[in-house]
Amino acid sequence: MEKPKVATTSLAGCFGCHMSLLDIDDRILKLIELVDFDKSPVDDIKKFTGRCAVGIVEGGCCNEENVHVLQDFRKNCDILISCGDCAIDGGIPAMRNNIPLKECFDEAYHDGPTVYNPENITPNDKELPLILNKVYPCHHVVKMDYHLPGCPPSADTLWEALVALLTNKPVDLPYELIKYD
Amino acid sequence: MSEKLFQIIKKACESCGNDRARLMDIVIAVQKNCGAVTIDAMELIAKQVKVQRVDVESVVSFYSFLSKEEKGKIVIRICNDVVDLMKGADNIAKAFSETLGIKVGQTSADGTISLEYTPCIGLSDQAPAILVNEVAITNLSVDKAKSISKALLSGASPESLTKEFGDGNNSDELVRSMVKNNIVKKGSVIFVERVAEAGLKKAITLKPEDVISIIKSSKLRGRGGAGFPTGMKWEFTRAAKGNKKYVVCNADEGEPGTFKDRVLLTEKFDMLCEGMAIGGYCIGSDSGIIYLRGEYSYLKAFLENKLSKRKKASLLGKSICGKNGFNFDIRIQIGAGAYICGEETALISSCEGLRGDPKTRPPFPAQKGYLASPTTVNNVETFCSVARIIEKDAAWYSVIGTKGSTGTKILSVSGDCSKPGIYEYDFGVKVSDMLKDAGAKDTKAVLIGGPSGQLIGKKDFGRIICYDDLATGGSIVIFNSSRNILEIVKSYLEFFVEESCGYCTPCRTGNVLLLNKIEEILEGKGEPSDIKYLEDLCSTVKVTSRCGLGQTSPNPVTSSIRNFREVYEAVLKTNEDGRQPTFDIKASLEVAEALQGRKSVIY
Repeated sequence: MEKPKVATTSLAGCFGCHMSLLDIDDRILKLIELVDFDKSPVDDIKKFTGRCAVGIVEGGCCNEENVHVLQDFRKNCDILISCGDCAIDGGIPAMRNNIPLKECFDEAYHDGPTVYNPENITPNDKELPLILNKVYPCHHVVKMDYHLPGCPPSADTLWEALVALLTNKPVDLPYELIKYD
Repeated sequence: MSEKLFQIIKKACESCGNDRARLMDIVIAVQKNCGAVTIDAMELIAKQVKVQRVDVESVVSFYSFLSKEEKGKIVIRICNDVVDLMKGADNIAKAFSETLGIKVGQTSADGTISLEYTPCIGLSDQAPAILVNEVAITNLSVDKAKSISKALLSGASPESLTKEFGDGNNSDELVRSMVKNNIVKKGSVIFVERVAEAGLKKAITLKPEDVISIIKSSKLRGRGGAGFPTGMKWEFTRAAKGNKKYVVCNADEGEPGTFKDRVLLTEKFDMLCEGMAIGGYCIGSDSGIIYLRGEYSYLKAFLENKLSKRKKASLLGKSICGKNGFNFDIRIQIGAGAYICGEETALISSCEGLRGDPKTRPPFPAQKGYLASPTTVNNVETFCSVARIIEKDAAWYSVIGTKGSTGTKILSVSGDCSKPGIYEYDFGVKVSDMLKDAGAKDTKAVLIGGPSGQLIGKKDFGRIICYDDLATGGSIVIFNSSRNILEIVKSYLEFFVEESCGYCTPCRTGNVLLLNKIEEILEGKGEPSDIKYLEDLCSTVKVTSRCGLGQTSPNPVTSSIRNFREVYEAVLKTNEDGRQPTFDIKASLEVAEALQGRKSVIY
């Protein structure tokens, strides 16, 4: 039987959740027995090659490309997981949500104390995706099936959740894995 | 601070014996005389009754009839309950707003008139209705609203707005109100000709335990809605340890669409006092409190006069009816516009001069209630029923109604029907029969028990009103086929959002989330999984809220999903592009497109 596929992506995140995924250590060998990785930074596949059972999404949506990728994930994955606090709540990037975009740009490219920008340029190449008015959690943009909290969720949390989903068992995370205080 | 304010506050505090438990009466008196309870006033009140200023402020900020900022000398409160909105309250508000030149929520520049919305004021049978200070004006029209505004602008007093008096005691010189009783159907327990005080006189010839056992075998259950057996409650309170015990009457009917207590207070007040005195006799209490909702302040003088008449007639006070050692007196505690105070522990908090926050149960009031003493809290209708039960007997009473729900139930019927008003039915009446009696046509939905009850559709009209089938505290609101179910649900959620005391998160936040989702659905931005979302959220709010408000506030949502699922399904649709219907990509890119001077190539 063909192995189910897993895709992962990092949107407006720090790749910390992906690092945490790598923390499953040697269990990655077991994971490879269970699944094939499709589009993911793990294997550097850029485009979906087929239908995926699970999509793991790190980070929220801060620009139009994030929205585009997330829509692509929704289209190609049976189950989507918001992985980590940025995907679930917007996280650190969402701290800009109460500040007008113009002020964010000015601070980042012109007025900030560490800015060196002698030509006073605001980056505006047409290749650069446009920034959204605010950072959105993933489930505000498309329907998400599961939320896996944590900054990042621990390797054990990710492992337990993935194995449960892939073996068709209910996701039943022990309290220790989702307790953060 | 002015000398005048100083005197007002001093007098208000002294008339309550500088008792911190009477803080409600003090701040209400100050509000009434000064139009506000300012920070300065709070300081002084705090000093007088020996509490911190923040204790006073927490009370003033809690109740909607009290305010820190000065309100107009005349406050017009437009009832925006669902029934009033159905009868055109929006247009009434617009007419007031235009004629007075202020928006709802504002006070006129010269400080004379304030205009506000208020939830159900217990006049759904004569909606649209408003309160002008304490004066109730009913059956309003746009023209009447305009002429009232003009009269008030030219200096007319609120009292002068009442041209004709209502029936019965509404025309008593101490009431002088245009409110009508609208008693449509009389039953055999309460709206019946009977020998006055027969229950009380019989009770005192029996031992208190025997009176309780009569009530127990009558199987009387609480008429506020929860249906707890009254006899058992009194037995617990009697058995509880404590030198001082209290009998409290819950006359804070705030459930939207209910107004039966208004009519009972107006016409059957002696029967209520009789029932309370019997309660005092049973549990061994010499003090009763009637918690009267602020909206019914127009009845206060009348009721207090009745109390003093009863004292003169030896029906209250010392040695009642000549029975040595049986002392019982009643005071009226007025509320100040808070729905939550209908919840018994919140009501007790309010009587104690605190914010109307519910208390954690257990201990139940029967063990530890008013001022930590054993207290029984019963509904107006329950006390009236007790008087009749003792007068007749348990056997007579227990054959009325159904097996599990004995006696009669007074229903407040309003909404889309030709005969709104008070109906006293034997328990077990079919919804369809009630609709017929009320002259309801083309009925699409009936709200049984107000928004914290359930919204039922045609398939359930054959069901009966009783504790075991459709339980209700008495509110019945009828909707015909022209009404939008989702709009109704939205209005009731707005009510709960407003009335949540804010103490616990599931209720404070959960109701807002429910309202947001219903609004999204109404805007056409709902998608099929929203039903599951709503159901999950409703169950969280119900299970995790501390008091009855949050435990029932999701009911308009759950019962409308259960009985009108098609209404939801008709407007929920999956977005073709996979995005959430509530997410507008174009709008979210507008700022960046303007800043960067280019258009998105993706969207």
